[in-house]
This record gives sequence, C-alpha cells and structure tokens, in this order.
Amino acid sequence: MNSYEHSVSLDLSRCTGCTTCLKHCPTEAIRIVDGHARINTGRCIDCGICIKICQNKAKKATYSRLDKVLKTTKYKIALPAPTLYGQFEDLEDVDYVLQGLKDIGFDDVFEVSKAAELVSAYTRTYLKTVGIPKPVINSACPVVLRLISLRYPTLKEHIMQILPPMEIAAKLALERAMKEHPELKREDICVCFISPCPGKVSYVRNGFGDYQSEVDEVLSISDVYFSLINVMRRGKEPENLSQSGMIGISWATTGGEASALFNDKYLAADGIENVNRVLEQLDNGNIAGLEFVELNACPGGCVGGAMVVENPFVAKARLQTLRRYLPVSQTLLSESERDYIPEDYCFDELPTYMPIQRLSTNFGESLRMMAVIQKLADALPGIDCGACGAPNCRAFAEDVVCGRAAEDGCVILRNQQLETLLKTKEEESKQ
Amino acid sequence: MNEAVRFHYLVDGEDFSSAGQASVQVKKNLRRLGIPPEVIRKISIAMYEGEINMVIHADGGEAEVLVYEDRIVMILTDRGPGIADVEKAMQEGYSTAPDNVRSLGFGAGMGLPNMKRYTDDMKIESVVGEGTTITMTVLLA
Repeated sequence: MNSYEHSVSLDLSRCTGCTTCLKHCPTEAIRIVDGHARINTGRCIDCGICIKICQNKAKKATYSRLDKVLKTTKYKIALPAPTLYGQFEDLEDVDYVLQGLKDIGFDDVFEVSKAAELVSAYTRTYLKTVGIPKPVINSACPVVLRLISLRYPTLKEHIMQILPPMEIAAKLALERAMKEHPELKREDICVCFISPCPGKVSYVRNGFGDYQSEVDEVLSISDVYFSLINVMRRGKEPENLSQSGMIGISWATTGGEASALFNDKYLAADGIENVNRVLEQLDNGNIAGLEFVELNACPGGCVGGAMVVENPFVAKARLQTLRRYLPVSQTLLSESERDYIPEDYCFDELPTYMPIQRLSTNFGESLRMMAVIQKLADALPGIDCGACGAPNCRAFAEDVVCGRAAEDGCVILRNQQLETLLKTKEEESKQ
Repeated sequence: MNEAVRFHYLVDGEDFSSAGQASVQVKKNLRRLGIPPEVIRKISIAMYEGEINMVIHADGGEAEVLVYEDRIVMILTDRGPGIADVEKAMQEGYSTAPDNVRSLGFGAGMGLPNMKRYTDDMKIESVVGEGTTITMTVLLA
C-alpha cells in the first residue's frame, strides 16, 4: 500500500507550519516536521479536510487541468457529477450545463446522475439478495471505502458490491462512443469525470481492490465551473441532453442515495466524524433493523467536497429547486432487467485490511511499546497544544516510542526542565 | 514481559449519551497492539454491554482492561444495587431495565448473555446493596 497515490499536495512556500490541519485531520495522518505539514500516506484517506481548512491555501487537491485535457486530440467525454449543477445561480435546466460542456470542447457528455439512477434501481435488487450481510453500506464515497478498509475490517463484507455511478457512467459512455464512432479505439477516447472531491482522484488512480477505474482524467468542479460560466446561456437554446430525474440529482446530497431505495430502514450520515461514529456502532453490532447505510465523508454529502465553488447548503437548496419538476427517475428498468444486476457493474475483490495503527508486527513488542507510551503520555502535560508537531500528547508519545520524534520535542516539558534547572542554580549560588 | 499493559476507564453514570465511550477507547488501543480484528470485536461487544449495564443499573463504575501476552482480562466494577439472582439475570430476555432506556432499544435482556457468549470466561461477584464486579477473560490464541 506504500505505492498508494494520494491527491493532496503541499505548497511548501505557503505552509507556515501552523497547527490547523494537524488538529483537524480525522486519521491523525499529519505531523509538522521542520516547520511544514507532512502527510503520512499510509494513514491519509483523501478526505480533503486539510485542503478546506488551510487558511494559507497551502494544501491543494491534485487533479487534471481542464485546459490541458481540452488540448488532447482524443474523443473527450465529460461525466459531470450532479453536484456541478448546484454551483450555478438561477439555473433553470440542467441542459444549459450539459450544452456548456459541449461548447467548451467536450465531444460528448454523459451524466453521472443518469448512472446513479441505474445504481439506485439495482440496489433495490441487491438488497433482496439472499445471504448478504445487512445493513448494506454504500460504495459511492471513496473516502468511506478507504476508511473501512483501513479501520473496520469486520465491516468490509457489508460494502455494496455494485460499482459507484461514476464507473457505470464511464462504461456506458464508452459503449455509446464506440457504437456511434466505430472507428474509435479505447485509447482514442478520454473519459473525464468532473469531480467534487479529491477522494475520486485517488480512487481513479489507485482503483479499489483489484478493480481499475475506466475514468481517464479527473477534473475539478471549481476549475470547470469558471470555464462554463463564460459560455453558458448566451441566448442560445440548449439541445435536449439531460436524461436524469429527481433520484439522480439527489445523489449529490446526503440521504439522496438512501431515499431512492423506497425502503425506510436506512440511515444516512455525513461528515467524517459522524461516519466514524456510525461505523464504530455498526462494528459493535448495535444498530439493529437497518437495511441500508449511506455514508458520505463530506458534510452535506458530495456538495460539501473540497473541489466545489459554492457553499454546500446553497448548492443543496439550488438542487432542490432544480429537481422540483423533474420525473422521479428517467432510467426505468423492465421487470426482467431488474432481476439481474449485470456482472460488469459489480466488483468482487475487496481491498485487504491494512492494520495501520499497529505498533509492531510482534505482539510482545507491541505490549512493551504500549507500556512505555502510557508512561510517557502520563508525564506529558496533556494539553494537546500541537507545538511538538503531533496532534495531541498521546500521538506524540507514540511517535517518540516508535522513533518518529525526539522526546525533547515537547516545549512545555522542556520549559519545566529549564525552570527546575534555573531554580537549582539560584539555590546553589545563594549557598 | 509478564506484566500486563493496563487501561483504566471511568464510566460516567450521569450522562447516558456518553455510554459506550470506554468500549471505543479499548478498541482503539487494542488495534495499536495489533490484536486480530475478530478478537477486538468480541472484546468491544463484551465491554460495551458491560458498560451499558453499569450506566443503566449502577450509575456508572470503573472498567479495567489488562492485556497479557496470552489473554485479555476486563474487570468491570460498580457500586450499584447488586444482582439479586445471578442465574435469572443470565437468562436471555430477562431484564430489569427501566422504560426510558427501553425506548432507545436497550433492555432486551441480552447484556449478560452476550458478555458470556463473546468471552472465554466470565465471573460475576455481586452483593445486593453493595455492588457488582464482573471479570471477563478472552484468550489470545
């Protein structure tokens, strides 16, 4: 897993080494070393909180640049996430956005919300599968998937084995392109997902389990937004392009995926802290009677991602207006289609558990280290100031014992030692 | 190393919404020690049930978790009303939990039976009017 590619980068010239990201990282993956933030890649889950929280804009999401992508001679397909629609003020129709994407240079557009409606329909079938562990946990948020594979091994089997809408959109878009343009080969096509979050960038780069993504480039909603507003609504009526309904668009916000199942035995939680709490409780087996659990790492759902422009609550309100007069779903499956989930819409290999928190591979050694950590933690001031570069005193104690930090890194302890030293010197000189 | 690593938790009886916190902490620490996930799951369920019991019936108490190389021992101590009939309390479905916690889904009478099920050994010492101490052991293979 050392080769895992993340999607958060640091601009050293902007990072002041303040403790803001350090304190907010949900997996304690950040340390301040030599005056700059450093990410432990084994622990990072690409949630993007450090990007959102950095006041100096030193943390950046890495994604493919739109101008670069548009320059390729390949057949370019845009896969807009439904969150994109919530970025525009007074948007009357999704078609304006889709037309805009074509106008800025994409050869085709395939809505991820359309694929989401398909996933919703198949999830209803999936829930009826005999013998699957309940509740089923959604597979759409890549950050949650990574969190489960790093921390909650016993819940792995609960993850729904249907691919996320982005992947199904990519497959369907590719099929359409090759059918309409038989001269195209796979390598002549560039599938571009327009993403609200860096989590998807990592997902596309690394795959999930043994599954490799069909998406070629991941673009940022904020980047695409600024190009779109230049071309949208120049008096021109757009083509009828949109093929998604209420359900597809609702996937952008928390509860959208779950409520599309027409089954009230669900739970929907958002924000990494809440997600962790739910996972803990599920892990203990004490949430009874649930069929489906929808977890989204960002507050409010995908609208709260780190690569969006608009405040998530504003985006949510806009999406509510936008979907108001749309049909419930525009993707309807016949009864026989509903019975069977196509195999290529599923993944079967779940990633292996990575015990990132383990102190040592030898249990006896772990015990010995834990005893030393406890002793050191008791001696530390316990105010969790972060000045040593670790998020709290316990983490610092662990860093010291694991050889990642020096014991004299604690400013308060050093201060106390200095004071005692001064006192003894004073007393010595009095005598 | 024969000495155990010891974790100590105070279980607050005043605030019902914080019940279950010790179990979460234990889980975190056991992960650091590299205990297999299946074993952690058993321990955290047994701990959780014990913790909830202390909050519901005894206004809280203390939990001590000792990790040895070959076993993990959990000792839960409270100064609550004690258990009048231990045998009856061990029956599945028997509960003396009040209605206000039943509405939250507790009080199904599965606490003690689950604690026994998920551990290799469980000992209950209880004196009516004085309190209860439950010692649970999970063996590490």
